[in-house]
Amino acid sequence: MSADHKTTQLDAPLSETTRTVTLVTWKTVGVLLVVTVLYALLLIAVPHSGDTRFLLSQRSDFFQIPVIVVPAAPFAWACGAVMLAVTAVAVVLTARGRRTPLWLVVIYSLAGLAGFLAWAGAGSPRDLSIVGLLGGAVLWSVPFVYGALGGVIGERSGVVNIAIEAQLLGAAFTAAIVSSITNSAFAGLFAAVFAGALVALVLGLFAITYHVNQVIVGVVLNVLVVGLTSFLYSQVLVPSAETLNSTTRFASIPIPVLSDIPVLGPVLFDQPLPIYLMFIAVPTVWYTLNRTRWGLRLRAVGEHPKAADTVGIDVVRTRYNAVLVAGAVAGLGGAFYTTVYLSQFGENMTGGAGYIALAAVIFGKWDPIRSAFAGLLFGFASNLQNVLSVVGSPVPSQFMLMVPYVVTLLAVAGLVGRSRPPAASGEPYIKG
Amino acid sequence: MLLELRGITKRFGALVANDHIDLVVQPGEIHSLLGENGAGKSTLMNVLYGLYDADEGEILLDGVVQNFSGPGDAMAAGIGMVHQHFMLVPVFTVAENVMLGHEQTRGGGRLDLEAARAQVKEISARFGFHVDPDAVVEDLPVGVQQRVEIIKALSRNADVLVFDEPTAVLTPQETDELMAIMRQLRDEGSAIVFITHKLREVREVADRITVIRHGKVVGEALPTASDAELASLMVGRSVELRVHKGSPQLRDNGLKVANLVVTNEVGTVVVDDISFEVRGGEVLVVAGVQGNGQTELTEALLGLEHNVSGSITLDGEELVGRSVRRILDEGVGFVPEDRTLDGLIGEFTIAENLMLDRSDGPPFVKAGALQLPFRDRFAKEKVAEFDVRTQGITTQVGRLSGGNQQKVVLARELSRDLRLFVAAQPTRGVDVGSIEFIHKRIVATRDAGVPVLVVSTELDEAVALADRIMVMYRGTVVGIVPADTPRDVLGLMMAGISPEDAKGEVA
Amino acid sequence: MSAPESNTGPGPEPTSGQEGRLDPGTAEELEQERAREAGGAAVAPAADTESRLAKGLQQAMSSNWTVSAGAVLLAVLAGSIMIAFTDEEVKEASAYFFARPQDTLVALGQAIGGAYSALFRGSVVNVQAPDFVTAIRPLTETLSYATPLIAAGLGVALAFRAGLFNIGGQGQMLMAAAAAGWVGFGISGVPFPLHLLMAVVAGVAAGALWAGLAGLLKARTGAHEVIVTIMLNYVAFYLIAYLLATPGLLQAPGSSNPKTPPTPESAQLPPLLGERFNLTWGFVLAVLAVVGVWWLLNRSSVGFSYRAVGENPRAARVAGIDTGRATVSSMLVSGGLVGLAGVSQVLGGVTTGFSSDIDAGIGFDAITVALLGGSNPWGVLAAGILFGAFKAGGTTMQAAEGVPSDIVLVVQSLIVLFIAAPPLVRAIFRLPDPTRRRAPKKPKATRNRKEAAA
Repeated sequence: MSADHKTTQLDAPLSETTRTVTLVTWKTVGVLLVVTVLYALLLIAVPHSGDTRFLLSQRSDFFQIPVIVVPAAPFAWACGAVMLAVTAVAVVLTARGRRTPLWLVVIYSLAGLAGFLAWAGAGSPRDLSIVGLLGGAVLWSVPFVYGALGGVIGERSGVVNIAIEAQLLGAAFTAAIVSSITNSAFAGLFAAVFAGALVALVLGLFAITYHVNQVIVGVVLNVLVVGLTSFLYSQVLVPSAETLNSTTRFASIPIPVLSDIPVLGPVLFDQPLPIYLMFIAVPTVWYTLNRTRWGLRLRAVGEHPKAADTVGIDVVRTRYNAVLVAGAVAGLGGAFYTTVYLSQFGENMTGGAGYIALAAVIFGKWDPIRSAFAGLLFGFASNLQNVLSVVGSPVPSQFMLMVPYVVTLLAVAGLVGRSRPPAASGEPYIKG
Repeated sequence: MLLELRGITKRFGALVANDHIDLVVQPGEIHSLLGENGAGKSTLMNVLYGLYDADEGEILLDGVVQNFSGPGDAMAAGIGMVHQHFMLVPVFTVAENVMLGHEQTRGGGRLDLEAARAQVKEISARFGFHVDPDAVVEDLPVGVQQRVEIIKALSRNADVLVFDEPTAVLTPQETDELMAIMRQLRDEGSAIVFITHKLREVREVADRITVIRHGKVVGEALPTASDAELASLMVGRSVELRVHKGSPQLRDNGLKVANLVVTNEVGTVVVDDISFEVRGGEVLVVAGVQGNGQTELTEALLGLEHNVSGSITLDGEELVGRSVRRILDEGVGFVPEDRTLDGLIGEFTIAENLMLDRSDGPPFVKAGALQLPFRDRFAKEKVAEFDVRTQGITTQVGRLSGGNQQKVVLARELSRDLRLFVAAQPTRGVDVGSIEFIHKRIVATRDAGVPVLVVSTELDEAVALADRIMVMYRGTVVGIVPADTPRDVLGLMMAGISPEDAKGEVA
Repeated sequence: MSAPESNTGPGPEPTSGQEGRLDPGTAEELEQERAREAGGAAVAPAADTESRLAKGLQQAMSSNWTVSAGAVLLAVLAGSIMIAFTDEEVKEASAYFFARPQDTLVALGQAIGGAYSALFRGSVVNVQAPDFVTAIRPLTETLSYATPLIAAGLGVALAFRAGLFNIGGQGQMLMAAAAAGWVGFGISGVPFPLHLLMAVVAGVAAGALWAGLAGLLKARTGAHEVIVTIMLNYVAFYLIAYLLATPGLLQAPGSSNPKTPPTPESAQLPPLLGERFNLTWGFVLAVLAVVGVWWLLNRSSVGFSYRAVGENPRAARVAGIDTGRATVSSMLVSGGLVGLAGVSQVLGGVTTGFSSDIDAGIGFDAITVALLGGSNPWGVLAAGILFGAFKAGGTTMQAAEGVPSDIVLVVQSLIVLFIAAPPLVRAIFRLPDPTRRRAPKKPKATRNRKEAAA
């Protein structure tokens, strides 16, 4: 036989000889069903009548859109019908061995959300501001998105970054001090980047150099930073709050023309600098990970460090680089607390945002853009309570505050589907 | 390029993995490094490749002493390696894998994928590989993955190419093709180091042979040497891989598999509608190249696979759909393919591992409590019976050698009343002495009237143990043939050619 | 690592955890090398967090006592530096350091010495006390603080041994506290021991179910327990906050504060050493739990399956162990133990009514306790008492010296970090590396095996 002949035989595509079938799980359907039933129960158990007023533009807007008034109960039930329909389609698809496409889940979620808002705002004399709802979501999502980006970068290089919380908190603390002393929000932002990277350096030291289990280091670092910042807060910041803990914040910078677009303008183009930075950071991280040498090597080290080592890539250095960058990016998110949101640091003020960012990483399947959207979703959920309390929502605030966490639970348990973390994530690399 | 290794010594604690090894590889020759598993071949190559620092000795290229601090240096000096376990990132494309470590970039730090693609195509064309640069590596068959490894080495202009046990994953036919490639590379002037423990391949392709045993060079040989000469050099004593066994005394009981289909979690049909029978008192060996559904077949027998259709009956009882626990309780003994992953718990003691699959009831557990005196007595008995070389029954299993670990697995599985014995790769990574012992126990089980199913990728072992041989290819059964079927025919069957055609082709 | 490392032979990297083991000899080493070269041929499975966690823990905790002592010393040193840098008198004195350096040093000594002596006074023996009872009172305070730490630490440790990371201590404690509290003040007319028993059982069951939910989600859907337990913490927190703020549920009648009514005497854990000490029978329950967990892990069939699943889930599955069931049931037991911590808070520690901070961070402290205790029940007992001492002493320190007790968090977490990285501690103190000293040895061999087993 000639060499060519054999080669052809070898290259025969797998599909010629092996069959494949599509396997589906009923997890998604299960979650959709559960949520639909809960939604219906809510409408039945706590019926609301009256109209809901959706406000789409602000008084100051150039273009004025009239307030949309919908009759709450019929509208909510109509949305419920859409949800039911999507669920039915999902059942049919799954029974036929096909996966439920994402866009169906998106339609389902939007319908559920609209219906819920209509129900919650029913009969309220106040308008339900869509701009406030979305703008607040963008604002609230800042620490989640930056934190998730940091988590993605770390994990893609093979280092699980549970210390996002510590990076956010440490950065918020540092930004508060530096911004207060220098009277410059920019200086605070820079300091936050360094603080995030510093926490990451400690993470790297233990996880990369000393091969300590990364989950353990992360959890312990979170405790350490809470202790450290709380200690310094009460020992240093409280006694001299005027000089050390009253920050200069970033002001909103409306972008001309763009900020006049109805609804989207004020949501996206009338924000302070760190938020514009975030809009740039998400695609940048994606590009860097997927299109540059640095990203290729980083991913190689996270998937198969030994293979990277055998082609001359310094695994340890690559991982340190990645972890430091990840910490710096998370640090930007931490700066949000003291240079955008509030003008002072408070004990444990991040309140677990790092853990939510971690959930966004998994929800987003370790992809920067998907994770950023997951972060945005969590931001939206966090903000929902604020908006509804303005309208005078009948739902106890505690349940609204619970929403992001329940959403995460449902997402992690049912909707994420088959996702694969970087193969070497969590594994220390021990040469030889 | 002329490669010289002088007095290379590498120690790991008290273990001398390489003891003053000298080796000269000329350009334009295939130099085979022959030795048993664990003789120190891979360690030597890892030293050459800069992965390990040698404790003594030096590496010379064209007479110049080299000082490698990592694989990057070795590659820069012109050494390329085709690793036994491919050093490819599974989720990357071929082009990304080939460019990794020496990427070219365009403006903005953007990776120049075009250049990498062109390089893959160019090298592919030179050797007739037909590798698609944009294919994702994990989707490629192993034979093609190996070619990607070769392309990777060649893309860095390697003059010295090391092939570390390259044929372990290939069919005999793919092996022939690989050898043709190696010859072509040699003829283009590369120096080639071919590491293997397979005598047949060495004699076929090598220009010179260096034999290593226990970390030392024990001799050189020419390809004209006989198998027996090479084998005794390699092992240090005369080896007999024959298994003594009488003709099978078939019984009526046994395992019946009908229309078995197994689908893995991504939806690939890995066992595709197979039917066969193993009767009490016979050994059926499932032969084939690694990854053709044998593993999944054995796992399905034990109830470890989730997506299974068809029927598996043992003495008339249906096993499909039962839990692992209940299948074990039916009297199925199982030696998994990878004992460290699936067969043993490394941190547990020998005694604990010996009760691992009976941890929920008598005699090891009564009223929810472990019966420690019984467990220890049992362990001592089994350690003696199966000749497990250890300091005591409280030794962690992870600290035993491969052969002794396998004896622990065997002791556990054979100490139950069996109605079926399934052993996957029972002698992989096991020393020669333990191989003989394990083979004897398998034959003894068969002679006790138990149906025995053995999976082996080593043709020698398959032929030696089997009463009948079933060859699998891409999840299907190519044929079930008697144990005395010619090797050539078996080899062709392993590439998916039906026994009739294979016989025709050989004849 | 994703790639089978077992083929590559021993590496140069000695690691912790192999010291003090005898060596079977060179012949076996060679066989191991052989095994490694051939054994790794199979494709490695996706990295498995569970067993990796167990490995990490084991590796982290198998250091010897010098390293532990070194770790504590380093952590205390770091604490001292923090105190020194933030003490007002030190700051004032250091302003004229070059003029009168002794002032700075004296101030330093006073600040640090004062803080640590307050810590000691508050946790072991009060030497300034007028009478014996007051003198040993700090010790009993330590044990009081240790009680929930031990119980919750046991829960986290047990989950660790089963390969699960239970970060949900906070939520489990809250649910347990709510259930036990509600049975306590919501039901009346039941006599003392029975009422107490009912409250304890209710609390433990609530904790168990809350953790079991995480176990169920993990076993059924593969959702990672770290994420799930964290999310359940928040859900529990807001749920309890709602119950506390709603009249007729957990809120004390006639009050508008988010606080429950006090626990009636019939449901309280009685004092262990008489009314003069805060120590209750809860401590005895915790010690009994230590014995129980020890028995469960080391002497029972169920514990055997937990450990098997924790060390090597694949091999456990092949051996017929139902890994899903082990996951759910180990989380149930783990949550029950954490629940016991919540119970001991509500029925023993804070009987005047509680609010949503009743967990007092114990759910997270429990992680460090479990880590420090090496996930071994007796180790958890010791670590729980040590951290209890930190808590008791930290309170005194804050009251007497004005040093915020947050410093205890820092010291605790540093101890765990340092203990997890023995090479770092050895490097700092220039301690000899036991794995190097004791030749012949084979550090890498075990590590490889561990990895392969993962």
